[in-house]
Amino acid sequence: MEINEKIDALLRQVQRPARYVGGEYNQVVKDKADVDVRVAFCFPDTYEIGMSNLGMKILYGVMNDMPGVWCERAFAPWGDMALAMRREGIPLWALESGDPLSDFDVIAVSIGYEMAYTTVLDMLDMGGIPLRAADRPGLKPLVMAGGGCMCNIEPMAAFFDLCFLGEGEDMDREVLELYQKAKTEGWDKPRFLRAAAQIQGVYVPSLYDVSYNADGTVASVTAKDGAPEKVRKRIVEDFDGCYYPTKPVVPSTEVVHDRVSLEVFRGCIRGCRFCQAGHTNRPVRSRSAQTLLRLGRETLENTGYQELNLSSLSTSDYRDLGPLCDGLLDYCRPRGVSLSLPSLRADNFSMDIMQRVQQVRKSGLTFAPEAGTQRLRDVINKNVSEEDLLNSCRIAFEGGWNNVKLYFMLGLPTETDEDVLGIAELAKKVFWTWKQHAANKSRGVRITVSTSEFIPKPHTPFQWEAQVSREEYMRRVSLLTDALARAKSVTYNWHDAQMSLVEAALARGDRRVGDVIERVWRAGGRLESWSEYFDLDRWLEAFPACGLDIDFYATRERPVEELQPWEHMDCAVSRRHLERERRRAYEGVLTPDCRAGCAGCGAASLLKEGVCRG
Amino acid sequence: MDKLRLRFSKTGRAVYISHLDLMRTMQRAFARAGVALRYSEGFNPHAKISIILPLGVGTASLCEYMDFALAEDRDPGSLPEVLDPYLPEGIRALEAYEAPCKGSELRWLRLEGVMRAGRDAAFYTDFFTRPSIPVEHRAKRGVRTDDIAPAIQAVQFDDIPDGVAAKLILHAQEPTVSPELMMAALGPDAPAYFRFTRLEAFKEDMTPFR
Repeated sequence: MEINEKIDALLRQVQRPARYVGGEYNQVVKDKADVDVRVAFCFPDTYEIGMSNLGMKILYGVMNDMPGVWCERAFAPWGDMALAMRREGIPLWALESGDPLSDFDVIAVSIGYEMAYTTVLDMLDMGGIPLRAADRPGLKPLVMAGGGCMCNIEPMAAFFDLCFLGEGEDMDREVLELYQKAKTEGWDKPRFLRAAAQIQGVYVPSLYDVSYNADGTVASVTAKDGAPEKVRKRIVEDFDGCYYPTKPVVPSTEVVHDRVSLEVFRGCIRGCRFCQAGHTNRPVRSRSAQTLLRLGRETLENTGYQELNLSSLSTSDYRDLGPLCDGLLDYCRPRGVSLSLPSLRADNFSMDIMQRVQQVRKSGLTFAPEAGTQRLRDVINKNVSEEDLLNSCRIAFEGGWNNVKLYFMLGLPTETDEDVLGIAELAKKVFWTWKQHAANKSRGVRITVSTSEFIPKPHTPFQWEAQVSREEYMRRVSLLTDALARAKSVTYNWHDAQMSLVEAALARGDRRVGDVIERVWRAGGRLESWSEYFDLDRWLEAFPACGLDIDFYATRERPVEELQPWEHMDCAVSRRHLERERRRAYEGVLTPDCRAGCAGCGAASLLKEGVCRG
Repeated sequence: MDKLRLRFSKTGRAVYISHLDLMRTMQRAFARAGVALRYSEGFNPHAKISIILPLGVGTASLCEYMDFALAEDRDPGSLPEVLDPYLPEGIRALEAYEAPCKGSELRWLRLEGVMRAGRDAAFYTDFFTRPSIPVEHRAKRGVRTDDIAPAIQAVQFDDIPDGVAAKLILHAQEPTVSPELMMAALGPDAPAYFRFTRLEAFKEDMTPFR
């Protein structure tokens, strides 16, 4: 892009201007003469967050590998920049060419978090794109969305022409090929959308009519114009051979996850009953250690990164983690590249790996027991025992670690005060473990306990549950605060419940919530996942103003027989499985992980042979 | 290979890369090019690189210098060609050689720039050729006033359409005078917009710095 003096003047007034100009190593620039479809890939958060997102790197690569397609990036400007751009009348531009979003054929939005909804509207508006699909009659601009939130995108249905349910590697390409054809042959938008709806995984909201009962619940969802009754999630079956971006854009300014992120597998064998990602990304598919070694090496060479991270929902569950780490370390050590392993389980095997990987730098260890008592951990199917956790802590303390973080949720179904106090007991036991086993007591120990409020999510066994009220969450927070008041070396952090309330309402919202989102955006809502920009009052004003009740969506327990707004989204895990898992939760019965025994969730039906290999 | 020096330019979109980010960017470019930088020993090893004179965000330069050490033997002369394909847009490796002097010997910089929406050339010429030019700046203990006149060796301002073209020779280290500081000295007469490029570096005696 060319930076003229007007934009240069703007960039000089704002913090960290490098995030607004592109030009990074490995960016893709094409000759417009060779391009017939231009895509602006919009990430509804800051550059620092968006450039850390693996999904975006993958799809940027997939789309740019297509002849005739040029995919560029756009991010939400921070407040100072957004204000300056609006004041000067400068539209949001894409980083590679510097062209405004309104120049593009396709606007592709990636949404992994409900709190980004208002930012999506803000980016469209800043880019000069009409917000509502109904106000965009032509084939251009077409606004498409994908990402984790698609398993219930009803609250945003009015704004999107087309959504992608599941993994985009194949599906995005098929839709863009269809778009190329439609553009060449001069199709109108309805014709294109009808055809696109036939591609597995594609959801065209305008092809579904929703009716409501008098009590506000959904009465029916009816597909029309040949669209499938249920949209079936798309996956990449051959994950080992699947596209991986070995030449990702390397930011010239620091981003949150500034490293190579190597995705070892998709899905999760654990069936934690609160976890949406663990249910919507099934079945598990892995890459071989050999493939991962090759991809890791190539990406390090192409980026110059000094850190490689093994990512997945539960990296300890990767079958060949030991040999993979050894192989990577052989390459990384002599080159000063460090290896990081997030989301490890508290078990012996993981601790062994951890010790091998982190021989030099002893960063903090993080465990997520999620609940304070064994009873409640059984309810949520978190297969971690107190013994496992304390044993892991013992090994860590003996090995010289002195910083442990423990994550919990408050407000889980069936939680009692005893469970809340159990968190304090567990933290104290971790402290005693340190006292008995620390390699060097003179350095002290830091135990950090964090709680956040449980948010019931669609497509999980807890999708029917009520969220506890903010007042109740705060009561449990003070209960725990008191219990930890005199605990030595323990710091307690709790996340505010205000955002959780909105997140809960949006996560299980229906199409009517779209008006609320637009109203909040019009009142100034954007970048709301950032506490400095979040304002609960805007939401509390907007729900009733749109004739809706936030508690209807957030804190209401749904009868199991009620039709949920997202049931025409088929993520392959059956309703029957979710209902069974919910019953087992109330019985406190564990369900073994996928390798120990198939629970018959239904996800295997996405595979050709119908057999899931975990 | 201990005391090597790279001259590079930083223009276009790269002018917005901050000093700290530039260090990381250069380190990654070396890694991509397969040129092994020497690392410090110890608990938290870091590459031995230093950029002689940090460049303000928004200012372009044709004469940036980075000192570094390599973990391997290699002809420094070939480095620009080796590095160049691995640098982001706007950063170009120009020449590399064994450093003939210390970085601290870099004393003067020649710069060019434009100033818009302010006063005319005559005003600026008059202002910056006064024997004393006090400028206030925030120091650790309250506000301090410095006289920047001795650090300004030469100025030339010419009226151009929509503004003033400026040519400056400024003292770069001990004391440091930047275009930003000069604009600050103008107070209410400062131009609303200005943009400068570093063109050339000199030693104290005005011989070229290498």
